[in-house]
Amino acid sequence: MRLPCPICGERDRREFYYQGDAVALDRPARDAGGAAWDDYLHNRDNPAGETRDLWHHAAGCGAWIVVTRDTVTHAVSGAKLVGAKR
Amino acid sequence: MRVIKPTGTPLTFTFDGVQYRGVEGDTLASALLANGVKLVGRSFKYHRPRGIVTAGSEEPNALVTIGTGPSQEPNVRATTVQLFNGLEARSQNAWPSLKRDAMAVNDLAAPFLSAGFYYKTFMWPKAFWEKLYEPIIRRAAGLGALSGEANSDTYEKAFAHCDVLVIGAGPAGLMAALTAGRAGADVIVADEDAVMGGRLLAETFDVDGQAGADWAADAVAELAAMPNVRLMPRTTVTGAYDQGTFGALEEVSRHVPRSDAPRECFWRITAKRSILCAGALERPIAFPNNDRPGIMMASAVRAYLNRWGVAPGKAVTIFANNDDAHRTAVDLMDAGVKVAGVIDSRADVAALGDYPLYTSGAVIGTKGRHALDSITITHAGGTRELRTDCLAMSGGWNPTVHLTCHMNGRPQWDDAIQSFVPVEGAIPGMVVAGAANGQMSTAACLQSGAQAACAVATELGLSPVADVPSAEDDPYRIEPLWQVDGKGRKWIDFQNDVHVKDIKLSAQENFRSVEHMKRYTTQGMATDQGKSSNVVALAVLADATGRGIPETGTTTFRPPYVPVSIAAMGAGSQGHGFAPKRLTTSHHASVARGAPMIEAGLWYRPSYFPHPGEATWLESCNREVGYVRNAVGVCDVSTLGKIDIQGPDAAAFLDFVYCNTFSTLKENRVRYGLMLREDGHVMDDGTTARLGADHYVMTTTTAAAGQVMTHLDWVSQALRPDLDVRFASVTEQWAQFAVAGPQARELLNSVLDDAVDGDAWPFMSCGPVSIGGVKGRLFRISFSGEHAYELAVPSRYGASLFRLLTAQAEALGGGAYGMEALNVLRIEKGFITHAEIHGRVTAFDIGFDRMVSQKKDCVGNAASRRPGLLEAERPQLVGLKAVDPKDKITAGAHLFVEGADPVSANDQGYVSSVCWSPTLGSHIGLGFVADGPNRMGEHIVAVDHVRGVRTLVEVCHPVQFDPEGERTRG
Ligand SMILES: [Zn+2]
Repeated sequence: MRLPCPICGERDRREFYYQGDAVALDRPARDAGGAAWDDYLHNRDNPAGETRDLWHHAAGCGAWIVVTRDTVTHAVSGAKLVGAKR
Repeated sequence: MRVIKPTGTPLTFTFDGVQYRGVEGDTLASALLANGVKLVGRSFKYHRPRGIVTAGSEEPNALVTIGTGPSQEPNVRATTVQLFNGLEARSQNAWPSLKRDAMAVNDLAAPFLSAGFYYKTFMWPKAFWEKLYEPIIRRAAGLGALSGEANSDTYEKAFAHCDVLVIGAGPAGLMAALTAGRAGADVIVADEDAVMGGRLLAETFDVDGQAGADWAADAVAELAAMPNVRLMPRTTVTGAYDQGTFGALEEVSRHVPRSDAPRECFWRITAKRSILCAGALERPIAFPNNDRPGIMMASAVRAYLNRWGVAPGKAVTIFANNDDAHRTAVDLMDAGVKVAGVIDSRADVAALGDYPLYTSGAVIGTKGRHALDSITITHAGGTRELRTDCLAMSGGWNPTVHLTCHMNGRPQWDDAIQSFVPVEGAIPGMVVAGAANGQMSTAACLQSGAQAACAVATELGLSPVADVPSAEDDPYRIEPLWQVDGKGRKWIDFQNDVHVKDIKLSAQENFRSVEHMKRYTTQGMATDQGKSSNVVALAVLADATGRGIPETGTTTFRPPYVPVSIAAMGAGSQGHGFAPKRLTTSHHASVARGAPMIEAGLWYRPSYFPHPGEATWLESCNREVGYVRNAVGVCDVSTLGKIDIQGPDAAAFLDFVYCNTFSTLKENRVRYGLMLREDGHVMDDGTTARLGADHYVMTTTTAAAGQVMTHLDWVSQALRPDLDVRFASVTEQWAQFAVAGPQARELLNSVLDDAVDGDAWPFMSCGPVSIGGVKGRLFRISFSGEHAYELAVPSRYGASLFRLLTAQAEALGGGAYGMEALNVLRIEKGFITHAEIHGRVTAFDIGFDRMVSQKKDCVGNAASRRPGLLEAERPQLVGLKAVDPKDKITAGAHLFVEGADPVSANDQGYVSSVCWSPTLGSHIGLGFVADGPNRMGEHIVAVDHVRGVRTLVEVCHPVQFDPEGERTRG
């Protein structure tokens, strides 16, 4: 498996550390309430199809990236830095 | 026997201790056949005599053990072993000898050993399975054995990248490689054989007016001369993975007698495009007793004859449902080998030469104990027996679709060739060409190879030209024939001893799905993965269930295509290669002092520094604790993570990653910080020093240094990109030593260029210092509860500073201390490590709830306020003290109210850290007890069911020594 780091280019997945769904980027406000925080921390979809996942280019540039990938075909359709406009 | 005089260098080798001659270029299989050796092994289950069946990696029968001692390699296919001088090969699964195999009684018991036999018979009583049945079955149904010694061979792994990976170098592969290479693409050609050319080496076809093998040699020479083409012979592509990644196994030095080179190399090849030219595999026909040595695939007979000049028999018969039968007969007769008869299952066929042809024919029986003697056939004219010592069979060809299925692709049935062909696009970026795609003539293979290369080269922006040579373009004529009725077992999977009746039984017992049949019968589950037999098996299943073959479908093809040794996949990761070693600057000095080094993550740290006369580690540890409590001790703490943090928003950043506040920390001061995960649990702790307005240095625990760095990257990039802050790990840039004890300042002042005093350097202060002119950093912090400092210098000065500090400490009645003493010192003071903050505890649990500032947001702030995380019943941090000081407490013990049954329903908490405290003269510990802070003084029982230890302990404050902290501040 290969992932396109926006900074380094396409690299072997062994260089990356996997974190999970990119919903972790949508951090609720401190006072958003228990339900919002519970959802943010624990609830994840399990899509058959497109998914947006977080990867850390740990053995590379250190960038956290959002990779768009298809869980059925494994096709990777893109990646961008977590700080980039969503 | 050899019928064409060989040109290669003569070689000698042994099989089962007998010496034979072969020639360079032989495989072990061709050399054995040249010497008339037909019986090469016993079958897995019934111990039936078996011979060589194929000439390639699909071989089910001819598994042998190569070599002796540590490098002994079992289950090697004789058909893929390159012969070398002195090769030692042995047969397997036979005792006392291949000819008199005691376990052959299994064959007589065959009626009781049908498919599913193990499941049905050995179900009950359960205990018998492990103790009785399994050992017996394992001994009887074995393959080759390992030597039991550590493998002395080396293995390698490597990565390669290319534009176009051509898999297989037969006519299609060579043509594809030539076309792509000539167009300028960066090409890798991988082929499992030692010589490239595929079937061109085994057939007598011409290409471009010259012998196919010669054309192949010319093509290989042209490719070898291209700087943009890499040829990888003896390299089997084993799997197709995501984004154009392929696994491949190269035999690097397996084919030479002795070598310093690695035996095998496991490659990971990344290709922009791939062209699969893996060819096709011939399949057997399931006729009665079709497994005797001497019965082999027709394609193998031609390969041994045309490539190695070896005739596998003196009077050869051929049984087929396609034109291969006649091709084989013609080749044999041209070489002067007698063809005793061609049995063609088809009615309307004509002989291509002067040999007896039996149309509408079938082989209905075979005879011969250790090798084939004769066969019984039926044909249009009746029934008769034919004397023959070699029967070549062909049930047709199966395109080698395996790699196209590794990403969930399912091949399609093609009636015209009576087999499965790949579906287009099964592997992104892959085009399939040649026989692997169902193109069965040489011309079609060449044409499709060129076409495939043109397509991918064009996609890559090149301008390829297809220049296809002429070759035979005979139509592939086949009529389906899978099984022949008659008395005797009709073998399908030769390696796992599965025959037609087993599959019918499977269907009868309602294991009708192909995946169920596979598991019920073990069809295709041997090391050859049913390469030649699977399609026959599912045709028989289709027949037994009354469904068509397309409806029956195939089982799942999974990597690897051929067996790959664990040693090759794990190359470089054995022994010390398993994990890198991180050594501190004091490492060699510690080792020189005899300190046992213990692993802390990847680091190695001294456990203790033994002195003469000390019999146990505990004596050394107690002495070292005494250094710190009574004089001064020195300890290397460089392994703690150090992260340099700078920028205008550094303070705001720290306020966000720590639950407590750092923006209020004054310059030249240090503060303890607690870091939470977003779910409100503790991630890590450590001290962070403010070196300047915009400059901090954070310390992490040794264990979590990497995790914290990753976390800071996350917070900075994902959660707070608004903050202007930069940070870098400086763990390896600084060597840092703890100097702890009542005489710590005295020691420091003996080495610092400018003395420190209590007024300028109060507890939790920090700042620059100079040691012999070297700029360092001093932190007045303590992990022992004593008056203590940590002194940091650039790493290149670490070794000499450690020598200096320990020498000075010894002069003051102290010395170096290791991890054991460090642990005792911190438990006495109730300082936590990852034994306490193990991922399931909150700030509340360790009594630090008030540190979670409610004036600001931080990672974990919101979640830490969840009701369930703030309840008194939660196990909370306490100190533990043995009621009888001599009673040992064990870490991991669980805590129970006195008199309560020690079962999980009564669990009150657990012990996390323990030690013998020489300072307090007692066994003590730290642990977590429900409502702990309100149970001080209570007696409770620590029960360790694993070690069988039970200790009465008193619950006390976590800080058991100097609770007021007077020594630290003094
Ligand atoms: Zn990168």
